Amino acid sequence: MRDSTNPGAPLLEVTDLVKHFPIKRGILIDREVDQVRAVDGVSFRVEQGETLGLVGESGSGKSTACRAVLQLIKPTSGSVRFEGREISGIGRREMRPLRREMQMIFQDPYASLNPRKRIGQIVGDPLKRQGIASGSELRRQVQELLERVGLSSEHYNRFPHEFSGGQRQRIGIARALSLKPKLVICDEPVSALDVSIQAQIVNLLDDLQDEFGLAYLFVAHDIGVVRHISDRIAVMNEGKIVEQGSADQVCENPQDEYTKKLLAAVPIPDPRESRERHSGSVQ
Amino acid sequence: MSTEPSAERGPWSLALRRFLRNRLAVAFLGLFVLIVLFVLAAPLWADNVAHTGPNEEHTVEQITVDGEKKDVVTPEGKPIGPQWFGADGKFFLGADGRLGRDEMVRLMYGGRTSLQIGITAALIATILAVVLALLAGYFRGWVDGLIARTLDTIWSLPVFLIGLALGIALAVGGLKIGPLELSSGSIWNPILVISIFTVPYIARPIRGQVLALSEKEFVEAAVAQGAGPVRVMFSEILPNLASTIIVFFTLMIANSMLFEAGLSFLGAGVQPPNSSWGTMITVGVELLNIQPLLAILPGLMIMLTVLALNIVGDALRDALDPRGKARMDAALEFEAQGGIATGQQGATA
Repeated sequence: MRDSTNPGAPLLEVTDLVKHFPIKRGILIDREVDQVRAVDGVSFRVEQGETLGLVGESGSGKSTACRAVLQLIKPTSGSVRFEGREISGIGRREMRPLRREMQMIFQDPYASLNPRKRIGQIVGDPLKRQGIASGSELRRQVQELLERVGLSSEHYNRFPHEFSGGQRQRIGIARALSLKPKLVICDEPVSALDVSIQAQIVNLLDDLQDEFGLAYLFVAHDIGVVRHISDRIAVMNEGKIVEQGSADQVCENPQDEYTKKLLAAVPIPDPRESRERHSGSVQ
Repeated sequence: MSTEPSAERGPWSLALRRFLRNRLAVAFLGLFVLIVLFVLAAPLWADNVAHTGPNEEHTVEQITVDGEKKDVVTPEGKPIGPQWFGADGKFFLGADGRLGRDEMVRLMYGGRTSLQIGITAALIATILAVVLALLAGYFRGWVDGLIARTLDTIWSLPVFLIGLALGIALAVGGLKIGPLELSSGSIWNPILVISIFTVPYIARPIRGQVLALSEKEFVEAAVAQGAGPVRVMFSEILPNLASTIIVFFTLMIANSMLFEAGLSFLGAGVQPPNSSWGTMITVGVELLNIQPLLAILPGLMIMLTVLALNIVGDALRDALDPRGKARMDAALEFEAQGGIATGQQGATA
């Protein structure tokens, strides 16, 4: 539709993305003494309607990479192309219409919803900000979305503090979907939730993907969760991608030592099997 | 932990209910309302009961008390004492000194001035402080550096001395900057001085809160939806500051009134012949040994108003930030249990 869109290009293509945070020190004038290489030359692509899992331990740069892709923080260097269009470093006004196409689901369902706003506002604000709907039409769309993510349309006038963690995450999902994006970046969407609720949320995301034709960039530190939902997996360690491939390939036949460690850390519900694995793999 | 089942109960109505449960605070809020009504009734009392204005002098007049003629001011310069309703409400609290002005009328009009200065100065200081804090906390970097250092500088000045000097300078010469023109007797002079010096006290803690709030994911969510800095600051962050702002505003009214009383007492605030509770103390002090009420009454009014505002402000803080309280309760409970962390649930439930 958009003139700069290249029909053959992948939905999202990230090339050599770098984000360094300066460490400054100084008495009167700050000098840069060192850098934290949070993301250090990362490349991956996400095709229309597919899920790319991004795994790695905390501090490996996954969240920073997500935020740099969405231009929430300015990347140090590298290219981020959305439908073939370069978005790295473009201005806020140019970015605004593109924000409809890519949304984010956050890790902490308590910090990601403004406690002073009603649910209807939280989910409806994106529509209002982008000038898509207003008035009774806005209300109808929001209530429809709430029902779609497993909440009730009566929740429209409630405040976040009245909901549980799982319900709050559903509100976050409704907010991300309100703009009908093509790409949703899920930054550890289930790691703050109870295990029993994790499955519900993952399944909801799975259903919504089919229904809306969404592409996910799914970030998690638990490779077990990622394997369940992803088509392909990229493993990140210390700001770099150490291994990338189809979900089965990465999980069944890991090439990198770090991936093997991540797989070994997945808890096994059966204690006997768990004991066997540990006696086998630990030298 | 106990989530109320009722729908649509927002943070505000919950806070109101918590506030109303605090009997002491409600009583002092009532007292404050009475004080406000008292000063608002000033023209009614002046026209219908005392039949005199706040600045009208009655030095050589006589009044009839119970059919007996009395001097308002004796030839020795002693003002008449409280007459209550003996003279049909004239000189209810006596005269204020050699000029023979009606003390009751002056007390009411003076309270108006004091409250007006207190509220206006607190309002200006709060608005300025919130805007500065939002800019500093949201943009950080050099914006924060500039604002924070300026506020630190104001903070480090000996407030009362500078306020006094500035107040006197303004009271004598007035002020003229471009279209802004203040005559020497204007009550805007003390308002300006007070509000400038109270800004840092409000801005510093709010800046800290903005810094913390800007890190929250809901701010990132708003940016991801295409909201610009102004939207984020005023529509996402500001509502979360509302409770702090309300508490500070209340406490700052009290603070500004004390500041005004101090400035006026020293002659740098409200200028004669206008009255404020501060200037009335100055006048009353001269006659402390013959008519002590003249100094005590305005002092008492200031004290009651400040006390009421402080208690209401504290209660508002408790009502608006139940989690801060809950955290303290949890800590106390924790200690009571000998430090065993049982049932240490997150405050958010």
